[in-house]
Amino acid sequence: MKNRNWLFILGIVIVGSMSLIALLAPIIAPYDPTSLNVDAILAPPSSKYLLGTDSLGRDVFSRLVYGARVSLWVGFIAVGISVGIGIFLGLLAGYFGGIIDEIIMRFVDIMLCFPSFFLILAVIAFLEPSLTNIMIVIGLTSWMGVTRLVRAETLSLRQREFILAAKLCGARLWRILFVHILPNALAPVLVSATLGAASAILTESALSFLGLGVQPPTPSWGNMLMEGKDVLEIAPWLSIFPGLCILFTVLGYNLLGETLRDILDPRLKQK
Amino acid sequence: MSGMKLIITKLLWLVLIFFGITVISFWVIHLAPGSPTDLQTTLNPMAGAGARARLEKIYGLDKPLHIQYFNWLKRIVRFDFGQSLSGDHRPVWDKIKERLPLTLSLNLISMFLILVISIPIGIFSAVYQNSWFDRLMTILVFIGFAIPGFWLALLLMLCFGIYWPILPISGLTSLDFPYLSFWGKLVDLAKHLALPVFVFTITGLAGMSRFMRTSMLEVLRQDFILTARAKGLPGHVVIFKHGLRNALLPVITILGLSVPGLIGGSVIIESIFALPGLGQLFYQAVMARDYPLIMGNLVLGAILTLAGNLLADIGYALADPRIRLGSRD
Repeated sequence: MKNRNWLFILGIVIVGSMSLIALLAPIIAPYDPTSLNVDAILAPPSSKYLLGTDSLGRDVFSRLVYGARVSLWVGFIAVGISVGIGIFLGLLAGYFGGIIDEIIMRFVDIMLCFPSFFLILAVIAFLEPSLTNIMIVIGLTSWMGVTRLVRAETLSLRQREFILAAKLCGARLWRILFVHILPNALAPVLVSATLGAASAILTESALSFLGLGVQPPTPSWGNMLMEGKDVLEIAPWLSIFPGLCILFTVLGYNLLGETLRDILDPRLKQK
Repeated sequence: MSGMKLIITKLLWLVLIFFGITVISFWVIHLAPGSPTDLQTTLNPMAGAGARARLEKIYGLDKPLHIQYFNWLKRIVRFDFGQSLSGDHRPVWDKIKERLPLTLSLNLISMFLILVISIPIGIFSAVYQNSWFDRLMTILVFIGFAIPGFWLALLLMLCFGIYWPILPISGLTSLDFPYLSFWGKLVDLAKHLALPVFVFTITGLAGMSRFMRTSMLEVLRQDFILTARAKGLPGHVVIFKHGLRNALLPVITILGLSVPGLIGGSVIIESIFALPGLGQLFYQAVMARDYPLIMGNLVLGAILTLAGNLLADIGYALADPRIRLGSRD
């Protein structure tokens, strides 16, 4: 499993360095990401402008650095929302069973049948497109997987003796759910959250590319690609670098999630 | 339970899901701030408050939400999706109907290519687990998962449309299309669809080949494979007859589940390549806040998704003798 460890470290390095870049954006970026410069419109990559400038003369490298902030936020907040909903509904369904379980799980089935990108697009178009709205909408349409995971874990955990012991000690319901059951069900949730961050970042970039996400002049990798598309022929660097950033970041989260799964899943570890 | 009974239960369940989806879509779309009359009233300095109320009455937006929903549902079951609010005021169903074939064929062609390519990749990776081929494929799959489809589309346009201009990068047909011979038309269409189909295929390939590999690995680990090998059957019989047929079963389910993703992907790919399909129509409807058109598209998306599910279940039942013949109990 040496190979796996190597991929795990690679994942941590990518996600870690992207997060660091996002946090230290004002220090790393050589220019203001939104300041215009009429003397350097669509300048190709050079020693002065590392990755060139866009059609308003803004430094692409600085914008990419600040764009990392958007991706980091989307990864955390959208996934935070979906994991929160997923844990809550999953615990309820798994612990109480019966009609509550039935209703929640049928609701999950319905949501899974949704062409969710259609729904996200429709909702975003009616709300003002903004980073906050995107994060909320992505979170509200991606909690189903976590719900299923937590429910399955809860179903098996609630039969165990330590839960009975907790009940006999007079522990309250919320204490049984969140202190005794939840920590034992967290491993698969962690994997799912990491992979969820990757897909949330992809969805955000797609929405921003369609003009329904983060609004200019705030830089996001998706809206940089949108702006670059119009000048694809004369300034290809505007279309190449933001895409590479997305690819790299999503790759990092996926590597981390997949290798975490192998590390945490005892069934596969035996192999 | 016999196969027939299973399918009937499934059908009833699908009807229920369909209602669920329409209720949620209707509720969410109408709850969101911003109304279809905004573009004609609030954003138009010439229109007053009276104009807004009149417009809302015309479109039936002044009634309570549940009344609006039931009115809408009554029409939906007769395939009457209402009229588009924007521009031409044509019936929504007509607009959808003329765009459906393109999106369906794009997705079906891509799905076919995905299967044809990913199944052999999955088999090979599983049979020769941890070989250099398996490792290479694992790397490619990770990249395939991470690559944004629209960025790939941009790169392809740059490569094959600008630097090495051999393929058209937008639209469905060339300007001289009506004057071409039958074969000329076919070649022209194929050229225009080559890049979109390529993008669809690449983005779907990673997931499917990974899934095929996992499925195959799981089957090959089982006892009946060991039995087959132990009684001296040749390797290819074990792999293709005993292994593959079992490993393909879950692929049928995954195909059904992949429909929502494909529909979503159509929006962005069709918009980039300026293809007049359903995805592009939906994007335009969203931008114009065209309620009836948005709802029509959501309903159609739901129907396609559920149809995919149903077909997958039927396919599964037909392919798996344990279900087809019914269990003994």
